Amino acid sequence: MVGEGILKGLAETARNFFGSYVSKERLTTVQYPEQRLPRIEAARSFPFLVYDGSDWQQGMRCVGCQICEKECPPKCILIEKSKDKKPDAVGKQQFYPAVFDIDISVCMSCQICVEVCPFDAIKMDVDVDLPTDNRFAGLLLDKQQLAKSNEYYHGIHPTEAAAVDAALAAERAKAQAKKPAAATPPAAPPSAAPVPEAQPVGGESK
Amino acid sequence: MSVTAYPTTPPILEPAADGSETQLLEISMGPQHPSTHGVFRMNVVLDGERVVKLKPVFGYLHRNHEKIAENETYLGSMPYTDRLDYICSITNNWAYALAVEKLAGIQVPERAEYLRVITGELTRLQNHASLIGFLLQDMGSSGTPLMYAFRERENILDLFEALTGSRMMCNYMRFGGCRVDTPAGWLEQAQKVVTEFPRFLDEYENLLVGNEILMERTQGIGVLSPELAIDSAISGPMARASGVNYDIRKVDNYSIYSRFSFRVPLGSHGDVYDRYMIRFLEMRESVKILNEAMRDIPAGPIVDPKMRIRGFRPKPGEAYGRIESPKGELGFYLISDGSTNPYRYRVRPPSLINLTVLEDLCLGVNVADVVAILGSIDIVLGEVDR
Amino acid sequence: MDLETIKSTLEANVPDCRLEVIVNPSPSGQHSLLVDAEHAFAVASFLRSSAGFNYCSNVTGIDWPAKELSEKVKVKKIVDGVETEIDEVSKTMIPGCLEVVYHLFSMSEKIGPLPLRMRTQDRAEGVHLPSLTPVWRSAELQEREVFDLFGVVFDGHPDLRRLLMWDEFEDHPMRRDYVNPDDYEYEPTAHDDVLQRANQHRSTVGER
Repeated sequence: MVGEGILKGLAETARNFFGSYVSKERLTTVQYPEQRLPRIEAARSFPFLVYDGSDWQQGMRCVGCQICEKECPPKCILIEKSKDKKPDAVGKQQFYPAVFDIDISVCMSCQICVEVCPFDAIKMDVDVDLPTDNRFAGLLLDKQQLAKSNEYYHGIHPTEAAAVDAALAAERAKAQAKKPAAATPPAAPPSAAPVPEAQPVGGESK
Repeated sequence: MSVTAYPTTPPILEPAADGSETQLLEISMGPQHPSTHGVFRMNVVLDGERVVKLKPVFGYLHRNHEKIAENETYLGSMPYTDRLDYICSITNNWAYALAVEKLAGIQVPERAEYLRVITGELTRLQNHASLIGFLLQDMGSSGTPLMYAFRERENILDLFEALTGSRMMCNYMRFGGCRVDTPAGWLEQAQKVVTEFPRFLDEYENLLVGNEILMERTQGIGVLSPELAIDSAISGPMARASGVNYDIRKVDNYSIYSRFSFRVPLGSHGDVYDRYMIRFLEMRESVKILNEAMRDIPAGPIVDPKMRIRGFRPKPGEAYGRIESPKGELGFYLISDGSTNPYRYRVRPPSLINLTVLEDLCLGVNVADVVAILGSIDIVLGEVDR
Repeated sequence: MDLETIKSTLEANVPDCRLEVIVNPSPSGQHSLLVDAEHAFAVASFLRSSAGFNYCSNVTGIDWPAKELSEKVKVKKIVDGVETEIDEVSKTMIPGCLEVVYHLFSMSEKIGPLPLRMRTQDRAEGVHLPSLTPVWRSAELQEREVFDLFGVVFDGHPDLRRLLMWDEFEDHPMRRDYVNPDDYEYEPTAHDDVLQRANQHRSTVGER
């Protein structure tokens, strides 16, 4: 009979329409800004820099090695290495980035910077509410805007952050064990308290 | 160099029987036409409603992907391949990884192969589901069927996000394996989606397969003969709808496809309806592969432990690697000169090559059917224009 | 069917054709067949009709600019009446060419890929090659792409126009000596060659 197929199809739409009143699976619409789906843990948006402790300048894990700058496919990272050194998370004297900019209008969220970073210093954020009225400066994130605490990292990617912390702790233990007991002055405590002696932080006041 | 110019004034036809002068009408469909699947343009010459000439115009989305890749490291091109056919980024990653693995002779661990098959077949499911939704939308059933298809696609994209961190730009494969292992509970979640998928297929078939209007619009329209399909290197579901038994999963036996029992559905007419139906049948076969893969997946490493992520330099040589992507044969041709960047990087885009026969399919049909034919070819402009 | 068999069959069936097997050192082992432009059409037709290569999957171009090979050679020379051995650098120019590769498969025999290569005489005037579109229709759009991006002119192509660039465009962007137009856009994170380009732009155009 001509029209049978059409009727069959309409029965299907009717089933979906009335079904949406009873079955959650058929009603998938979310009233977006007011109502949001739970965030998926692995989600990623743009990179940020992790720091330990409470002071973002002292605790920053990044040592300005510029590997991510070189490996970034669209070349959206700009790093200028510092002239002086300061103790890093493991307690070693290290350089730090005097300038660390990411242009998120160019960044394509591929997370290759995260993969190549040997210091677990750069990780992917989940924030997507980044609209701004300035196309250039508004989307250029500097070191201070990029710095986020380790607690924040634990908040957004708990599983991954726990694994990173465990690896870092093991590395620190190894570094401590290697050191002759009383030969050198003890290294600054890695993450907990702010580092005692203040380092000159030239070019960092932003 | 001579450039053949496109004729600008359509010729005047013979006067009609009543003495009135008629003329061919030249129209430009696209590049902002809603049913050209992006910025694709066709210069169509019409005699009344009938198409007498059709010239596709490409390049509106051209960004010279190949040149970009030649200035990137091997790894650096991986996220760019996501943007070729942005509906199925994982199969793009796979084809590129496969070509590099051929070039450098890298082995892939067992678990990574299974993960590749699982994510690749999930990609096929969501590509075909959205394609049939788009096709029906193109033919005027606005909204409902597309939204039903997208409802299912969302479930699969959620899986991709949980695994790779991104819904569409997955950047998941690495040379010699995959980037991350499955998070806890992911396989169970994926199994649930796959188990429920056939119910959606049944529902969708009820919805429209027997629909008389759909049959009228699609049967006998845009017939592609198997001879022309082979001659033009048409690949993927489009070739199989014409009865060409060529599925690279079966022919090349790449990865671990020889371990799964699945059939290759073939069409017999090669019209739009066959191309539409073949996607349903392929999805059912993909569900079979997925069930077997998720049953058998072993534990183990997900990437070749010898591979270093930085400083990858394959020895000089070249390789052509290809896979059966949801759109057809997706190939990558790489030439290495021993440096960190490929000397030559070429994408064999199935979407572009399947468009070779667009004019042949469209000659003599009504202009409204051009949209249906184009929709059934399944193109993504990110891959056509590169 | 291995490459040597194909080569000898072709030599027997296409008189005077000059074939050369190009060995591929990579683990992929995809060795290719270089054919001279004069006999390429006959060779392709034979491959298609009698050797079963009915599926021409991929067509692409490769640019090989002229390059200088320098080799250190020890030469005996008479310097101040005494014969001494001096290192002398001998330089040889390898002329550039454009190369087109066709990846052929056989659907029935399920073999392939067989990369079939053709080379142009040079990169300026002698860029003509026979079109293989009459043999394999699949080369139609891809040869247009090679014409567009590399500048190889395919004689006998039914509709040789630019494919991806617009018709008025002059250069061939995939050539390795292609110079990017100065369309620099403000980019705050410029470094390395991007920075170099930015500085060049600023010096010629002034601050944006």
